[in-house]
Amino acid sequence: MSGDSLRIGFIPLADASALIIAADKGFAAQEGLSLDLVREVSWSNVRDKLNIGLFDAAHLLAPLAIASSLGIGHFKLPLLVPFVLGANGNAITVSPALYSALALAADGDLTDPKNSAQALARVVAERRKKGAGPLTFGMTFPFSCHNYLLRFWMAAGGVDPDEDVRLVVLPPPYMVDSLSSRQVDLFCVGAPWNAVAVELGIGHILHFGGDIFARAPEKVLAVRAAWSANRDDVLKRLISALGRAADFINDPNNLDEVAALLAAPNRIGVAPEIIQRTFKGRLRIAPGGAFRADPDYILIGREGSARPEPTHAAWLYAQMVRWHQAPLSPDLLAAAKACFRSDLYDLAVGNHSAPEANLSAAPLDRIGAFAGPAFDADDVAGYITAAKVAFANR
Amino acid sequence: MDTALNIVIVDENPIRAAILTDGLREAGYTNVTRIEEMASLLARIYSLDPDVILIDLENPSRDVLAQMFQVSRAVKRPIAMFVDQSDAAAIEAAVDAGVSAYIVDGLKKERIKGILDLCISRFNAFARLTNELERAQNALSERKVIDRAKGILMKLKNVSEADAYAMLRKTAMNENKKIAEVAQSVVTAAELLK
Repeated sequence: MSGDSLRIGFIPLADASALIIAADKGFAAQEGLSLDLVREVSWSNVRDKLNIGLFDAAHLLAPLAIASSLGIGHFKLPLLVPFVLGANGNAITVSPALYSALALAADGDLTDPKNSAQALARVVAERRKKGAGPLTFGMTFPFSCHNYLLRFWMAAGGVDPDEDVRLVVLPPPYMVDSLSSRQVDLFCVGAPWNAVAVELGIGHILHFGGDIFARAPEKVLAVRAAWSANRDDVLKRLISALGRAADFINDPNNLDEVAALLAAPNRIGVAPEIIQRTFKGRLRIAPGGAFRADPDYILIGREGSARPEPTHAAWLYAQMVRWHQAPLSPDLLAAAKACFRSDLYDLAVGNHSAPEANLSAAPLDRIGAFAGPAFDADDVAGYITAAKVAFANR
Repeated sequence: MDTALNIVIVDENPIRAAILTDGLREAGYTNVTRIEEMASLLARIYSLDPDVILIDLENPSRDVLAQMFQVSRAVKRPIAMFVDQSDAAAIEAAVDAGVSAYIVDGLKKERIKGILDLCISRFNAFARLTNELERAQNALSERKVIDRAKGILMKLKNVSEADAYAMLRKTAMNENKKIAEVAQSVVTAAELLK
């Protein structure tokens, strides 16, 4: 059983930490696995190297794992998700100019996403009246929660993400520069880039991702379905190691050690203090201003969030349908749900942490969006119709 | 034949981009533009309106190109990836070489097979060149350290250059180390004892 070596691609982000701690704190070794973690610069690279077998497994955007499995936007590459590496963890940051404009236009407290979305609609209308060009918003990938989060939020205020603003993909390391050079007016990205923009005095954090969706599956561990076929045992040990790593990360007594391991240049490579603040969910939200703390800012396996719920896969697929990335079909829905393998997770983690008990903290529909209809995995068509009606009410 | 194809190279490495551009020009493709400014990548691509885009895999902006697969107001002309699912070998060769290629939808892949092959071979040649350069630089700095260690030993032990080298070599063999490593220890020790 010993000596199984796995090559795993990752992007240096806070939600790769279960993988990194499993490799660097010995949890993988305890399972007889040796993890060779390869740091990558783009999701396209991670996907392609997983595709051609250069990687055995990968840290992947949850929607990208589903898109690849369904053959949407790229080649069809059936993937399995046996572990969710991170839930939430994103934030929306705006330029000082847009922040002032939103504050002026807001009817009520801007920290409420309903108010901020309506304020955005007013700013957009005002700009159009003046003949100013559309606002430009940055996000990280077409198949990402960042994209869906921004779209959901602005649509709730009556802003059409495809017509009223310019939504562009930017690599996370370029987000801050683009905001300061006014190439974008707003971005949605994971840690630590929101905090960096605030510290530089060039951005305000408008919302944590959790304000829009209380629970969103953000990054997953993905393996090729074909690869996993005769590797039940290796997969089980990998999931088990990741579960233990997540538990270790969530013990506050380990935070110093975890942050120091993650800060290594070949891992996440940012200052340990920034990593600590991210895990504590404590971020400064205005330049020189107040901190905001939210324990659910990012979840690494806490409260059952590591369990791949087919409901979450269905919800991600529904976002793709809603925003015209995928057609609506029962077959695609079934295929999306089949990607998220709660059975493999349960088998490996067992009664180590009973998922049902932990889920009591999660929203009823498992998503908890701030607006629009509750999600129903058994009626995706109905959900999309209801969401569209809400959008057409502008 | 297809030399009129409009080719864009997205590569922040000027030497590699030059090697690739030269290769394409030699092969008769004269319509080649390099983009080095990443901040306005998509806008530049749309204004150049290329048939083929070649991008290096170390470039985080690769994800920006993923946007061109989408249907939206920001995207004017849909782009598809050159190599399709049946071309596993071509994808592997490209990824191994560190490059990815995109073409506009509808362009027959046979038409640009030559471009991709050329691109892969130039990228590989560049990687070899870089490795050789690195090795040469390492060798040079190793030789310098060995020379310094020999000088120190000759002075301290009052031995000939050949004997000093023999001492380094013997120690390296005994300790299962490289001569340059032993030489570095001698230099470090000498600096400490100064």
